[in-house]
Amino acid sequence: MAVPVGYYLVLAAALFVVGLVGVLVRRNIIIMFMCIELMLNSVNLTLVAFSRLQGNIEGQVLSFFVMVVAAAEVTVGLALIVNLYRLRASTDADDVDRLRW
Amino acid sequence: MLASSAVLATEEGGRALAEVMSPAAGSAADFAWLIPVVPAVSAALLLLFGKRIGRFSAAIAITAIGTSATIATLVFVQLASLEAEQRVLVRTLGTWISTGRFTVDWELLIDPLSSIMLLLVTWVGLLIHVYSLGYMHGDERYSRFFAYLNLFAASMLILVLGSSFLTLFVGWELVGLCSYLLIGFWFTDRANATAAKKAFVVNRIGDVGFMIAMFVVFATFGSLSFAEVLPEASTLAGGTAIAIGLLLFVGATGKSAQIPLFVWLPDAMAGPTPVSALIHAATMVTAGVYLIARASPIYAAAAESAFDVGLLVAWIGVLTALVAALIACSQNDLKKILAYSTVSQLGYMFVAVGLGAQAAGIFHLLTHGFFKALLFLAAGSVMHALADETDIWKMGGLRKVMPFTFWTSVVAWLAIAGIPPFAGYFSKEEILTAALDTPGAGGIWVVGAIVAGITAFYMSRWLFLIFLGDRRYERELDDVHPHESPLSMTLPLVVLAVLSVLGGLINVLPRSFVAFWAPEEGFLHSWLEPSVTEFVGETALLPELLALGLVLLAGALGIALAFRLYLRRTDHAALRGRLGWAYQASLRKFYVDELYEHTVEAPGRLLADGFATFDRRGVDGLVNGVARLTAGLGRSGRRAQTGFVRSYALAVLLGTVLVTVLFMGGLLLGGLG
Repeated sequence: MAVPVGYYLVLAAALFVVGLVGVLVRRNIIIMFMCIELMLNSVNLTLVAFSRLQGNIEGQVLSFFVMVVAAAEVTVGLALIVNLYRLRASTDADDVDRLRW
Repeated sequence: MLASSAVLATEEGGRALAEVMSPAAGSAADFAWLIPVVPAVSAALLLLFGKRIGRFSAAIAITAIGTSATIATLVFVQLASLEAEQRVLVRTLGTWISTGRFTVDWELLIDPLSSIMLLLVTWVGLLIHVYSLGYMHGDERYSRFFAYLNLFAASMLILVLGSSFLTLFVGWELVGLCSYLLIGFWFTDRANATAAKKAFVVNRIGDVGFMIAMFVVFATFGSLSFAEVLPEASTLAGGTAIAIGLLLFVGATGKSAQIPLFVWLPDAMAGPTPVSALIHAATMVTAGVYLIARASPIYAAAAESAFDVGLLVAWIGVLTALVAALIACSQNDLKKILAYSTVSQLGYMFVAVGLGAQAAGIFHLLTHGFFKALLFLAAGSVMHALADETDIWKMGGLRKVMPFTFWTSVVAWLAIAGIPPFAGYFSKEEILTAALDTPGAGGIWVVGAIVAGITAFYMSRWLFLIFLGDRRYERELDDVHPHESPLSMTLPLVVLAVLSVLGGLINVLPRSFVAFWAPEEGFLHSWLEPSVTEFVGETALLPELLALGLVLLAGALGIALAFRLYLRRTDHAALRGRLGWAYQASLRKFYVDELYEHTVEAPGRLLADGFATFDRRGVDGLVNGVARLTAGLGRSGRRAQTGFVRSYALAVLLGTVLVTVLFMGGLLLGGLG
């Protein structure tokens, strides 16, 4: 009846790696941002999967916390990106190098 | 008989400052604190608002010193009206330092000695303030000058009125400061600033001696107050008395320009001439003599011990007198001659106070204050007339042009040359008589008599070259039109000339002119008795009349020689050639400055350079090294900060992987173990 927990973990790991690679290889800040969200959600998936496996609720509760924090992070992050775009007319992370030596 | 006479004199002398009273309320002495305070307030006023007050500053300064002079006179009159044993008054104003057993009060000591000094400082000070009115006319820092003069007067009055070694020392340091400020008054000229520094530094050397003397006094008596220390001085152990006496004298050699610290005074002539007259002739430089006279009970105690410090003081004094007089013979700067003459005359005063003839020393201090201040003011008047020329070989024949200056100079010249009945004759004679009377001081008398002759010679040279003979300035100097100085300058000259004539009488009047070698009859001697302990001997080496004749002969010879050399046609170049090294030694001031340069200054400079190098290379090197290390680390470290977010993220990832691997490895190993 139940899908074995291993599948969830493989899916979550795949999602996480996709997000991680996205952050590492892409230069567009918005895409990097979405990749971070992807990684967060892969973690959520793991949490929920283990919650199910263990038969307790704590993993699900923790995933809600992650979502709330992620929402807040998105708000701040997007605000930063919008302002950055106004200043630089660019969403390329490598263009933000004012403080570089 | 010979040995006992000195002891006898000590016992007769009574105990200095044995009876101390406080002044009656409302009497002049009760207000004696105003004497230093009024000029001090005036100085503060002029320092703060001098620019705004402008030419009116002089009036304020003169009023202030005049007020002091008036009060000082009233104090003197009050003391004179009291019984002799009631003449030592102490006025307490408040506590200065109070810590454990050690207390120093702001106290004024008003006694015969300080009252005499007060009169000298305030009245001569007043005359010189008035003189400065004309002399400093047109100087751009006019009010600043008067502020300093007032500050000096206040400091000197604190020195004189201080009732303990420490309060005296406060005044002692303050006059040193004023001397520094006034020598370097025209500090834009580098030479003046250097002279000021030299004076200050040399004085500091002496001050160290004074300070150690105070430590010894405090360690011995537990007090620094004159009224507590001096009456007990006869109980001093011989060694302690010798130590205190020597150390105080070290202080005195600095302030009063004696061997080995006399080198600063001739350079101090860089200051304005009224300053030379007030500070470096009449008052400040005599502070050392005052100190020794004040501490006379200590020297009296030392005189009875194994080593008579007083005799050493007298010998140093007379040798200083000789050396300075010899140097003065070849100098060509009219103020430098007077400066060496001052050093020389101060040497005489030290002979007197060293031999225990304090009254004679103070007597010479007074008369010297009159005639030397007069000579300096006359020199200033001459410089004023000749556009600040100081070379006496470029003067001559000013007698007709400047009659007031000339005739007052003649009076001062006769006084310093020791011609009767002018002031210097009596005081110098009294000092030489003291040397004659003291067993073992015969050599001092001989040297002193020779110096009297040399003094007459170089002062005659000074006077003849400036005022008599050809008018050399007409061909030597361009565009000078000598003229007599204004009234504000000639008036002090005349007053001082009168004092130089009559000043000798204060210690002579009650006795006959012929019996002058019985100074205990004189006014000053009995007047100073409550303040000082005299311990001079009473055995004459030669018959007094013969001795007197010899000294007068020496003076006459000196004048005659100067007359021959400087008023008759003389080939000076040939003469100098014949004198050879002797002339060179005198001209080069016996190479004392060079000696100090090589023995003290050069090693000091080497040491300072060494320390500076150590500071630059060692201390700074350490600090700079640390900074350079940090900078280097930063420079190589910043390569890691690429500024690319993705490389940071990669670093985070690698770190995580590393930690995980280590963690897992640990688990595995732990599991295996």
